[in-house]
Amino acid sequence: MDDPRALLQVRDLTAQFNRDGVPSRVVNGISFDIAPGEAVGFVGESGCGKSVTARAIMRLAPEGSSVAWGGRILFRGRDLLRIEEREMRDMRGRRIAMVFQDPMTSLNPVMTVGAQIDDMLCRHAGLSRRAARRRTVELLGLVGIRDPALRADDHPHQFSGGMRQRVLIAIAVSCQPDLLIADEPTTALDVTVQAQILRLLMRLGRELGMALMLITHDFGVIAGMVERVYVMHGGDIVESGEVDALFAGPQHPYTRALLAAVPRIETAGRTT
Amino acid sequence: MSAPGPLLRVRDLCVTFPARRGRPPVRAVDHVSFDIEPGQTLGLVGESGSGKTTTGRAILQLQPASGGSVRLLGQELTAMRRADLRAMRRHMQFVLQNPYSSLHPRMTVAQILAEPLTVHRSVPRERIPERVAELMTLVGMDPKVVHRYPHEFSGGQRQRVVIARALAVNPDFVVCDEPVSALDVRTQAQIVDLLHSLQEKLRLSYLFIAHDLAIVRAVAHRVAVMYGGRLVELGDAARVYDSPAHPYTRNLLDAVPIPDPARQRAKLAEAAPEPQFRGRDGETGPCVFGEDHAASGTPAWHEVAPGHGVSCRFWPPGACPGQELPRI
Amino acid sequence: MVAIGFVMLAALLAIVILGPVIAPYSPSKTSPGSLAGPSAAHWLGTDSIGRDVLSRLIIGGRGTLLITVVAVAIALAAGLVLGLVSGYVGGRVDQAIMRVLDVVFAFPVFLLAIAVVAALGPTLQNLILTIAIVYTPTLARVVRGPVLSVKRWDHVEAARSVGVGEFAIAIRHVLPLVVSPILVQTSLTLANTIFTVTALSFLGLGPPPPDPNWGSMLAEARQFMELAPLTVIGPAAAIVFASLTFIVLANGLREMLDVGSR
Repeated sequence: MDDPRALLQVRDLTAQFNRDGVPSRVVNGISFDIAPGEAVGFVGESGCGKSVTARAIMRLAPEGSSVAWGGRILFRGRDLLRIEEREMRDMRGRRIAMVFQDPMTSLNPVMTVGAQIDDMLCRHAGLSRRAARRRTVELLGLVGIRDPALRADDHPHQFSGGMRQRVLIAIAVSCQPDLLIADEPTTALDVTVQAQILRLLMRLGRELGMALMLITHDFGVIAGMVERVYVMHGGDIVESGEVDALFAGPQHPYTRALLAAVPRIETAGRTT
Repeated sequence: MSAPGPLLRVRDLCVTFPARRGRPPVRAVDHVSFDIEPGQTLGLVGESGSGKTTTGRAILQLQPASGGSVRLLGQELTAMRRADLRAMRRHMQFVLQNPYSSLHPRMTVAQILAEPLTVHRSVPRERIPERVAELMTLVGMDPKVVHRYPHEFSGGQRQRVVIARALAVNPDFVVCDEPVSALDVRTQAQIVDLLHSLQEKLRLSYLFIAHDLAIVRAVAHRVAVMYGGRLVELGDAARVYDSPAHPYTRNLLDAVPIPDPARQRAKLAEAAPEPQFRGRDGETGPCVFGEDHAASGTPAWHEVAPGHGVSCRFWPPGACPGQELPRI
Repeated sequence: MVAIGFVMLAALLAIVILGPVIAPYSPSKTSPGSLAGPSAAHWLGTDSIGRDVLSRLIIGGRGTLLITVVAVAIALAAGLVLGLVSGYVGGRVDQAIMRVLDVVFAFPVFLLAIAVVAALGPTLQNLILTIAIVYTPTLARVVRGPVLSVKRWDHVEAARSVGVGEFAIAIRHVLPLVVSPILVQTSLTLANTIFTVTALSFLGLGPPPPDPNWGSMLAEARQFMELAPLTVIGPAAAIVFASLTFIVLANGLREMLDVGSR
């Protein structure tokens, strides 16, 4: 069971919220592995615990709430739930990075995007200002921003939603993390932009040898992106497997219901 | 009140947002025209900023139009007096995107559903509770829960309440602005089914605004594609989806992920098509179809099949409709 | 926090309402022995002409608080109407209302009060009116701010699309959602107004004698402060307690209603 090659091993992870003194469990002891460079998808509806799981790996409590974690999250053999906050701070951004759903609120509106990436590089990679800026321009080019040297001096509001998400991805991969967690990275974006961002994530995973944990409610997004899928429902993993097998023959009734509900563009619709 | 012709007739609708803080005025909706027949759904698709929501609001007169005409049941709405317009609202209703914000947080469901009934005096006061219960049943909810507040319901249930409110006064036409995009996939399917069955039961017409092309395919009889404030393509859903004529439509359709791993992988592996659609240029001289609209005074619109039209605006440089069109 | 505020408010109201019943003496009844220290007969002693300080404090509180509450009620009513109209209608109407309120707001409270009282005479009505005018802009702004944002919420557009009239939207769909900040600000305004009322009375701009009030009591007692400190400490403590009540209440309400979220 314990694969020594695994990058991330999660065992019996639980998460319990305390809402107005009433404890409520949102993750019920789930276990899963992610191998180095592997792309894994987590699918489920809102409230199924998929985002809380992702935040557990970053050891971040969801906004405005306190949460009690249980179980183990072994990352390269270190238990992320038990290490010192200092070590954890070092892990975040450097070894494990995260991209969130909303590219509008995740950037500092009064700093240029270049300065925000520079900061990250100076803090985590210990680069000098000048070296950091060189790397920033490289990164912005890597995520497909045209004229990166010029755009680095722009503020977030000068970027479209898709471009901001690219900037956030640039920040996330700036320290070449081993694991990139993407929580609904394309949900707030238009469909054409979504396709571009998915291609970008796929390319970066390959080029940087990063493992990808992709969290989404959309089976279409998961389909082409990952090797394995975990389906979450009510805080449990109800089904997991290779992506092709899971789409071809879902076993759990919940997975079947979810897959059946996905609207398909090729199904003939209505006629006049 | 029935008049010959379509239920809703929109002609050359324009909305211009005034100049602000040094920015020039923005033409958010630019000469948009379409009809909706009774009992039919027109899907209006486009990306954020394409003007699709503004179009919906301008039709409902929630946003003043800067030009053009909107006729519902033969009545011109754009020039209507305020009091007449309020009375006219019983024929046209609105379902908003976000069921979490479109219900008054301090009103019970009963109060929310009673409001349109009182405003339009459509049922006598003493019959209101009865009608409210009827509406709840109509949208598949238990009439016993009408005394609860919106926050006690899930997103899907709230959207049912929003739909019930829209149907309270027996409208003929409902604008649904992204009615399911804030919901989970399974709930989306349920709400789409509900909208379907209501349409059949009540012979409703919908303007269904959405960015999700797969959902629109499931609900729309006809589809209009918007880009940069203009309609770029309009036709029967089957034709637009199976043989899109405008390169922008094709680009949109290509970007929709397919829930099939092998095919989606192959699709993502292809080079990303990121065509640049030319702006509003080409107002003079021959268009991509070789017609000089400025000289001939014809609208920049071309029928590629009966009831299937395409705009000659916003084509990538060098694109030629002749080469790409025959996929019919 | 809010519980403490309400307990303090209850104590204040009880004293004010039950005043004539619990006050040991009539506030104008003199007894032999002026500027006497505390005794069993006069718990807080007597003032310069032999009146019971405790009784005058209790009855004086009625006057002070009555002026405060009536003035703030008028300011609140005016502020609600002006703020709602200004925020909801917007455009030129908003501009016009806010400019006028800015002018009033720019006037120092005491200057305005002195001007009004000097021109119209130191009557109770004039005092109340002045204070109401002074605090109207503050309350109007507190109403206007949230109205500006709530009027853009989806449920307002939904109501409009259903055919609800603009007046009904403003009253039913906007106003109920802006009450929290208004409650908090009203409570704070009450605290400020107590100071203003007593200060104006202290300066002789308040309601004319013989009715006692905290401000005039302070003014009278000031010259005998060293002889009978309680005649000064009594009203001073009462003023502090009363305004503290509303400040505590405002902070409690702010916490409870979580003003600022949403």
